[in-house]
Amino acid sequence: MSRRVAVVGMGVVAPGAIGTKEFWSLISEGRTATRTITFFDPSRFRSRVAAEIDFDPVASGLTQQEIRRMDRAAQLAVVAARDAIAEAELAFAGADPTRTGVTIGTAVGATMGLEEEYRVVSDDGRLYLVDHEYTMPHLYSYLVPSSFASEVAWACGAEGPAVVVSTGCTSGLDAVAHACDLIREGSADIMIAGATDAPISPITLACFDAIKATTARNDDPAHASRPFDRTRDGFVLGEGAAIFVLEELQRARKRGARVYAEIAGFGSRCNAFHMTGLRPDGAEMAAAITAALTEARLNPQDIDYVNAHGSGTKQNDRHETAAFKASLGHHAYQVPVSSIKSMIGHSLGAIGSVEIAACLLAIGNNVVPPTANLENADPECDLDYVPRVAREQRVDTVLSVGSGFGGFQSAMVLRAADGETA
Amino acid sequence: MISPPVVTGIGAVAPNGLGTAEYWDAICAGTSGIRPVSRFDASGYPSKLAGEVAGFVAEQHLPSRLLPQTDHMTRLALTAADLALADAGVQAGELPPLDLGVVTASSAGGFEFGQRELERNWSRGNEYVSAYQSFAWFYAVNTGQISIRHGFKGPSGVLVSDQAGGLDAIAQARRQLRRGSAMIVTGGVDGSICPWGWVAQLASGRLSASDDPTAAYLPFDARAAGHVPGEGGAILILEDAEAARERHAAHVYGQIAGYAATFDPKPGSGREPGLRRAIEGALADAGVASDDVDVVFADAAAIPALDHIEAEAIAAVFGAGGVPVTAPKTMTGRLYAGAASLDVAAALLAIRDDLVPPTVNVRPARGYPIEIVTGSPHRMPVRVAVVIARGHGGFNSVLVIRAAGTAVEATSKAIEN
Repeated sequence: MSRRVAVVGMGVVAPGAIGTKEFWSLISEGRTATRTITFFDPSRFRSRVAAEIDFDPVASGLTQQEIRRMDRAAQLAVVAARDAIAEAELAFAGADPTRTGVTIGTAVGATMGLEEEYRVVSDDGRLYLVDHEYTMPHLYSYLVPSSFASEVAWACGAEGPAVVVSTGCTSGLDAVAHACDLIREGSADIMIAGATDAPISPITLACFDAIKATTARNDDPAHASRPFDRTRDGFVLGEGAAIFVLEELQRARKRGARVYAEIAGFGSRCNAFHMTGLRPDGAEMAAAITAALTEARLNPQDIDYVNAHGSGTKQNDRHETAAFKASLGHHAYQVPVSSIKSMIGHSLGAIGSVEIAACLLAIGNNVVPPTANLENADPECDLDYVPRVAREQRVDTVLSVGSGFGGFQSAMVLRAADGETA
Repeated sequence: MISPPVVTGIGAVAPNGLGTAEYWDAICAGTSGIRPVSRFDASGYPSKLAGEVAGFVAEQHLPSRLLPQTDHMTRLALTAADLALADAGVQAGELPPLDLGVVTASSAGGFEFGQRELERNWSRGNEYVSAYQSFAWFYAVNTGQISIRHGFKGPSGVLVSDQAGGLDAIAQARRQLRRGSAMIVTGGVDGSICPWGWVAQLASGRLSASDDPTAAYLPFDARAAGHVPGEGGAILILEDAEAARERHAAHVYGQIAGYAATFDPKPGSGREPGLRRAIEGALADAGVASDDVDVVFADAAAIPALDHIEAEAIAAVFGAGGVPVTAPKTMTGRLYAGAASLDVAAALLAIRDDLVPPTVNVRPARGYPIEIVTGSPHRMPVRVAVVIARGHGGFNSVLVIRAAGTAVEATSKAIEN
């Protein structure tokens, strides 16, 4: 009997929504959490909009020492992990800690901490030979993203395989897929898996400004993230974390656990084309989708909802639309497709996991979240993108896709676990 | 029966040898690449030695258009990948692109590139930041650049678990081969020898303060007081054994026979560290008994508490002094995500030549229950080698490598679906 993977716990920290309930309210109501940047003065930047979290680490339960030794991205991950672990508490009762592992995705790790600490040791860029006497004591583990996996492992006492997966903006899908592999191959029975990123920092804005990847719609921040809209002009940078408890399906069933869904299939490919650019045909993303469907033993017609990457760049939304047509055929024109980045921005490596959370909640609630701000049809994007208003319908099987710098293309299929949905 | 994947190409870029033969000759001769830092003025810092890849001129190895968009460590990685593919005799277009992938390890990204762009941002202004900063420093960059340079479009990946990542990447490459890929470019090449990377590493408290290259990195020695950081690593070509046979691969260095990874208990828990379990798990995965192992390539932290944990885990599995243990990284320094795949390269070459490279400069301290190979390389039959890698923060990974052509039982870890 082959081993299968169930999601039995979930924690989400997203812009405008700390906690799973708030997250679902936000995205199912089509509200947006994008605004003019408040973390620092953005006036010198081309793009001045972001989806920020009003995150108070103390209110979220972190201790002073945890706050000191963790970058914001690690803090978001630990808060989300604790929620997920609390929800799946019974999975851990009597579990062997050596059979519990951790995979955390992140694209840019401790970017905020990196920049803040660099400013101190270099005295705002004055010193090339930066001053080691001004470093914080935990700087090494603070800056290396592997510490995110350590912190999450410590949150639940995991002693099985632990690793960070960092494949740019597909990290959030790839980290969960990696955890599924470890459960299926028998290396673990429970995995704490998900992703985090907190990139809203001047250096990130500056480099995305340089390639004009982010929106310049600074006078209308609430409507700046416009996936699939003809007037879209780039993505809105976001931050966030979503962490799940994954459990081998039979084990979960045996203890009568609430199962959000089964992770039924996954596929990934590289475009081998350009570090930031995409070919319009979407061929490699299409190949990843087909591989995910094959692993799930499903046909395109079985998909009830497609959670798009939908970043809102000209290039991405065209690329992705072509990939859906190439992989799903005629069904691409019938299945609802939406992008929650329209509401919570693009949190780089985290977003794949945050979007998995959206998919699990769509399955649980039988509601497809909308694409906010989609007002002007684009002839190159001619699918059903669920504009502005959520749609009530049966949702059993969901496809979620991601596309990342470096050429990474990933696709995951989630499926209601035989009538045992939450 | 499942035939484990085989390594058919090696590209080493090491402080004591740019190129696989150069590196192997150096470690067998006991030649160290540890020297005073030359890439910046380290005289004002408490640690002043590093293992830098000497004589590496990027322009000689890479097209000029790649230079502005790559960190030093990515240039080394691209060079290592070129060497490995050439060694494996892979011709462009020989195999379907979707059957080929890239899985690398990273620890800290392109720190030097990042420092330069942070400096521009804060000393000159955000409009001076390079467009390449959007990817040149991040952890996925080596996989992405290798994939683009060689047109590999299959399932790929990037793993980060500090120094353990070099083995985790190879294990992930093995998973992709089991799932149907024909060939994966894998391993790690790393390095952050720049002032900003230096102070971050100094803060770990694990760098040696010695100015003497022969006394700065002394694992399992009573004088052990930290490590010397280095740059470089190795890229390996891992292939399905059948695919390698079909294309008449020029070399089959050995099989990736077993792997396991564990995480240490939370500090202060009083529970046993995870390394012994990782060694046992990797042996079980390979279907290898501890008596069958000919040599262990140690992680060799050179922090007394960590050396004790490692020596005790090795002794618990193999018996006190039960297996020769070596640490050629005493000649390169610790290369972070690059270290473990370079050790795998050394282990494969040890199998090829029946020669175990030594640990240099170390006078093994009493109290470590292991036998360390010092002095000259040991000539002895090598059929099975174990490589240990540990990452800062609690990561333990272990890989078992075996001479090619050895039949093995199907392991329980095959992906079943």
